[in-house]
Order: sequence, then structure tokens, then C-alpha cells
Amino acid sequence: MAKPIRPGKMIEFVLRSLFKKPATIKYPFEKIKMPANFRGKIKFIPEKCIGCSICVKDCPSNAIKINKIGDKKFEMEIDLGKCIYCGQCADSCPKKAIDITPEFELATADKGTIKVIFRAEGPDAGTEKQA
Amino acid sequence: MSIIDDENVRIPIGPQHPALKEPTSFSVALRGEKIESIQVKIGYNHRGIEKGCEQRTYIQDMYLLERICGICSHAHSTCFIQAVEEIAGLVVPRRALYIRTLVGELERIHSHLLWLGVAGHEVGFDTLLMYTWRDREIVMDLLAELTGNRVNYGINTIGGVRRDITTDQSQRILKAVDVLEEQTKYYIQVAFEETTLIQRLSGVGTLSRDDAMRLGAVGPTARASGINFDVRKDDPYAAYGELDFKAVSDDHNDIYGRTIVRLGELMETYSIIRQVLKNLPDGPIAVRAPRRIPAGEAVSRYEAPRGEDLHYVKSNGTENPERVKVRAPTLANTQAISKMLEDRYLADLPIVVAAIDPCFSCTDRAAEIINLDSGKNNIMNWDQLRTYSIDWYKNRGIAFK
Amino acid sequence: MIEALFAILIFPGFVFLSAISMFAEYFDRKLYARLQNRVGPPWYQPLADFIKLLAKHEVVPEEADKNMFKMAPIFALAATVTAFLYIPLWRTNALYFFQGDLVVILYLLTLPTMTFFLGGWYSRSIYATIGAIRSITQLFAYEIPLLLAILAPALLANTWSLSGIVAYYNQHPYYWLINSIAFFVSIIALMGKLERVPFDSPEAETEIVAGSFTEYSGRFLAYFRMAIDCEVVVGASLIAAIFMPFGFNTLPFIAFIIYLLKIFFIISLLALFRTVFARLRIDQMIIFCWRWVAPVAFAQILINLILKGTVLH
Repeated sequence: MAKPIRPGKMIEFVLRSLFKKPATIKYPFEKIKMPANFRGKIKFIPEKCIGCSICVKDCPSNAIKINKIGDKKFEMEIDLGKCIYCGQCADSCPKKAIDITPEFELATADKGTIKVIFRAEGPDAGTEKQA
Repeated sequence: MSIIDDENVRIPIGPQHPALKEPTSFSVALRGEKIESIQVKIGYNHRGIEKGCEQRTYIQDMYLLERICGICSHAHSTCFIQAVEEIAGLVVPRRALYIRTLVGELERIHSHLLWLGVAGHEVGFDTLLMYTWRDREIVMDLLAELTGNRVNYGINTIGGVRRDITTDQSQRILKAVDVLEEQTKYYIQVAFEETTLIQRLSGVGTLSRDDAMRLGAVGPTARASGINFDVRKDDPYAAYGELDFKAVSDDHNDIYGRTIVRLGELMETYSIIRQVLKNLPDGPIAVRAPRRIPAGEAVSRYEAPRGEDLHYVKSNGTENPERVKVRAPTLANTQAISKMLEDRYLADLPIVVAAIDPCFSCTDRAAEIINLDSGKNNIMNWDQLRTYSIDWYKNRGIAFK
Repeated sequence: MIEALFAILIFPGFVFLSAISMFAEYFDRKLYARLQNRVGPPWYQPLADFIKLLAKHEVVPEEADKNMFKMAPIFALAATVTAFLYIPLWRTNALYFFQGDLVVILYLLTLPTMTFFLGGWYSRSIYATIGAIRSITQLFAYEIPLLLAILAPALLANTWSLSGIVAYYNQHPYYWLINSIAFFVSIIALMGKLERVPFDSPEAETEIVAGSFTEYSGRFLAYFRMAIDCEVVVGASLIAAIFMPFGFNTLPFIAFIIYLLKIFFIISLLALFRTVFARLRIDQMIIFCWRWVAPVAFAQILINLILKGTVLH
């Protein structure tokens, strides 16, 4: 160690920070966008599903249920509280019927919205609350 | 145990204490400010993960083992996957090995920066905490872009990795590594020159070379005492066999040495990442893996940021492993804490504990419970416990296979 | 009589001191945050903290001595506010002055440390006991340099009254530059008295939870914190009065502004030192104070004595 030891080494660095913008993102007034391939909530495409249930088998936390509601029509019931957002279901699905979206602001105070069913038919493969 | 015992006062540090990030119990006997003796009790973080592994398939286990710890998650998942791939006899494509190395080294950066901040906080130097954690955000954002999550990356799968790197992402990684290298050089200067920091870290937590060998220390804790063991060099896995880097060691034997070792490792990591990105081979990123792994057993080692991580996997031909055992590096380093705190002051305790970079969540695999009334440590035997737990879950609608 | 009550209680007494000290706490925390590249609290944070603490339920430990436990914060607050009345702020004369009030001020400023000790000791909690003992141990380290550093200008001015010292330096411009060494010594000693990093062993969060204040909650913690905030302003005013005695002869409003600038300059120095140093262990702190700080203070006294005897009058 050839350099001299002196107290207060960080003074210059610290004083320079006075003139920079703070490194804080003032969430929730400023939103952050996560990268496009961030693993957030999943989306189910019922037209492609063939009901093989590999996603049910591979889910590490048993969060998915596939219900048959008609001939070749399947709906997915997912418990967003149990889901660990690992995306293994999307990888395992042979027909690529599961997409991963970067939506992560899923915190809620209403327990009824935790379990979500993706409708199997109709004009939208939307979400629906389950009691 | 009474509070006052002769001239010593027994003070509890933990299980809840601002100095500890995870619950552990240090029962310290003090005389004035000097520590007379210390009793270390761990086991507060036991979650039954090893048992849980036996009930889940291999691919589910990978996610479970990743969540043993937030900071060394990739270490546990890779170590496990390596053992499974060895039993199954899979040959992982080289591109996948390089990507695993890249994510592992990025994790090492973020872990060491976190450690630097925590060490600063334990000695009252909050400024270092704020700046190192600000720099750590660069790495976390990078990892979020590469793997899809800031912690618990989930990039591994049996037989390779799940995601690929584009050239765009490579460029961004290289730029970020340049910025981080500048900052790390500055922190090295601070570590060499700031008087109060040197005063708090030098001469504290001394562990001589013989003691480190005898107590089984691993990782930077041992390397700062002159024992140059690094699994990446001694037993290369993933892509380390083809890369050129040094294992950093130091002979200060104290916390100052550990700081120097970790900062040196950061500099080596930047060089490794650049080599990985330059020599990234083409090819597939995974091979198909069977669902049933043939019978066999394997031990695999990985150099986690904290030291040597060991996984033992035994399979029996079904979809679930028969036994998974995890030996985290902090378990090996915990033995050294009482030795390091001999004849030291109370004020040194937080920084000494922080210097082994404890991750007690990784460590706790078993707890011994003694029934205080009967003095026996046998409350239920194995079959009783198994029946009890299966019934408990059955009553809540969860059936085990 | 009404004027005296107004001066003691409202301006420049208790209410004024509380308002300034809350603003000073905001300023200190905001500067500390900006130096660390963060945002920092809004301006009403100290007031909000105070009000919140007043509203919380106070828990008195069963084994604690109830009377001492409850009286300690009130004594701390009373001592600091009383000391403020004898310090010249923006006029050369303080609100009240007499020969020897310098000693009274220093004594009153020692009382808060004693109350930290008593409050911690009578809390009967392990962490509080250790914090209390560290508080008292630290007292032995910084008190002597502080007294010496304040004695040096008093020697030059040949008087024991703080208002007299300020009047002397006011008459002889630029004499206060002689005391620059003592200025730095007094800043260091003030950091020890206020238990701020690098000398905050008595309240080390990562070692002994909160030191003497571990068992305090609710009203009593609010008073302790207010006492510490007031001590910052009183200490800064004391240093400003002794070591920066200029700007008294202008219009009252301008002098007031100059006074505010002086104390906020000192508080900025304290915040800067809080940012760039780590915490020293108690034994290291004592060695540092006795080996480096006290001799430097003695040197300043020697310089002042020599100058007084030969050159100045």
C-alpha cells in the first residue's frame, strides 16, 4: 500500500453527488418499465390448448388447474398467489398456449382477485374473478 | 441461564437484532466490553427443503432449490442441475455452459457489492452502503433483462439453459461492466485509504492459516488466510476450464484481507465476463432431458460467492429424487465465528459475523430439538413424523403421491 | 415580566429553539441524503415524527425505576433550552448574562449526557446499560478538549462571560482568526457530545440496538429526540458565538440572517463528517481524543497565552 492513509477519502466523491440528480425512482409516482422478457403474469390462449396438462404437472407450486368445459375447450384456473412466476409452464407447453407478460403490479387487497380463470370461449380469452 | 453470572453479563445478540440479516442466536458473555465466550445457535431458518425435494419432480426441485437463498440462487440451482446431468449422462452444449458461467459471474458481482454495503453498514459507514447498492442496481437490471427476473433467475433447465443471449444484450453487458469496473476501482481506493474503515477492519476477526484449515473455512474467508482453494480452479465446472483468471488470495488473515479478496475477485470477474462474451460459442442452448432420471448418485461442487457449495443427489429411476443434500458454504464458515471473536470487543461482533458473508437461509438444514422437561431429543420418530405430516396435508386437501 | 416570559418561552426561547432545531434536523437529514445520492425526507418530517411519537403508547419496562425513567428526558430538554438563554445569538449580549455564565453553559450542556446515562441505567435492560456506560466513557474523552477549546478564546478575551467574550472580539476585528485551531477541535468535540458518527458508539444501531434509548417509546422518546435536536442547535450556536463573532453590528434583521447562516454552516460540517467516516470503537475513540485532539487544544491555549502576554492587550 504505497498510497497514504487519510481520513475522509470519500469527500470529493460525496460532494459531487450534491450536484447530480438523486438515484431514486419515485415509485409509484414515476413508473418503471420492466424489460420485455420480464417474467410477470401469464396469459392463456385457449384456442391452442389441447388439455395435456403438462403445465399442471410441471408447475413447482401447483398453481394451475385445467378444467374441461366442452369438447376440446379448456379453461385455465390459476392462483396468482401460489404462482412463483418461473415460466416453466410456458416452456413445457407443447402448443405454446401460455404467454408470459411483463405485468408485475399484481398486489391487491382483495383476496377474491387472487384466483383468476382464463375463459375458454367467447370473443375474449379474458380473465374473470372466481369466488 | 441467568443474566449475570460472576462478573460476566450474558447478552443476547439475536435471534432478532439489527446486526443480523437473518435469525441466528449468539449468546455472548461480556465482561465490560470484552467478549469472554460466545455460543452460536443456528437452525431458525429451517424450512424442510430437503424433504420437500423428495416429493417433487426434478424440474420442480430446480425452482425449489433456487429459492433457498436470494443472493446465491444461481449457485444452488446450477449445482443441483450439474449433479442431475451427471447422473443422467447428459452432455450439455457449450453455449449453455458459457451462459451459465455468465449468469454465475453476474451473480458474484451483485453478491460482493451487497457484501461491501453490508460491511459498511455494520461499521456505521452508511455512505458505502448507499453507493454500492446503487451500483448493484445496474447488475440487477441487467439480470432482469437477460433472465427475466432480478433474483431467482430460473435460467437453468436440465440439459442446458432456457434463454439465449442476443448481441444487443452482450453489448449492454459490456458497457455495464465498464461502468462497474470504474466504480470498483474507486472502492478499492477507499478500502486502502480511508482511515476509519481500516481501523475498524484491520486486526479484527483474525483467523490464522492453521485455524482456518482446522475449522474448515471455505471461500473468501479461507482465501484471506492464505489458503488458496477455489473450486473454479481446482475442479473446473461449466466453462471455467477454458477461461483464464486468477484465484485471489491474501495473507492479512483478518477482515481487511477478506475485503481485499472480495474486491480482487470482482476485478477478476469483470475479466471473466469479457472473455465469456468474446468467446461465446454457437450452437443449441439445451438438450432434451428425460423425465425419469436413471438410478445413481452424484456430488457436485460450485464456487458460490460465499465459498464452496456442495450438493449430493441420489436418484432411483423415478421422476422424483430419492435424496438431496445441500451443504452451504456458511455452514463451513460458522465454525470459525467463535474462534474469531476470542478476546475481542462487543463492537467487533457485527462486523465479524458480516465478514464471513453469512447466509443462514442457505445453511439451516437440520435443527436439534431437546424436550426441556424430559431431557430427551426424541419427540417423534421418523415414521410418526411422516404420518403426522401426511395427515396434516390430507386434512387440507393436498395429497402426496 | 411579560417581556421576560415572552423572551424565554417564545422568542428566542423555547418555541423558537424547537422550530429551528426541527428545521436543523431536516436540513441535516436532507444534506446527508443528497450527499449519498438519495432524495431525503420532506421538510415536515421532524415535526411529523414528533407528533407521531407523542401519539404512541409508551411502554415502561417493569423492572425500570419509573421516576428516573420518566424524568430523564425532561431534564435533558430543560437543560438544553436553559443553556440557549445565555448564548449571544445576533447581538453581542445574550438574553441574560453575568460573569461566569460560560461555566454555567458548559455545565448545562453536560447534563444531557448525564440524563442519557441515567435513563439507560435505570431502564434495566442489557442494551441500555451498555449504551449508558459507553455514553459516560465517551464523556471523559471529548469533554476535556471541548473545555480547553472554549477556554482558549476566553483567555484571550480575559473574561468568564460569554457575552463579554463576544463583545471583546467584536471590538477587535480579526482576532478570532487566531482561534482557528480551537474551532476544529471544538467541532470534533461537538460531534462526540452529540453522539454522531464517527463517535456514535453509545447509540450504535448494529451493535446495541439503540443504546440508552432502547426501552424508550412514545412521549419520552419524543422528548429525548427533541433534546438531542436542540442540543445540535445550542452547540452550533455556542461555537458560532465564540469562534465566528462577526456581523453583530448591522441591522437586526441582517444580523439574524447572518446568525442563521453561521449555524447552518456548522451543521453542514457536521453532516459532511457524518457521511464520510465510519464509526470508531469506543476504545479507539478515547485513544484518538487523548492522543491527538487534547494536545492540539493545549497547543492552542499555549499560543493564546503567549500572544496575550506579549503582543495583544
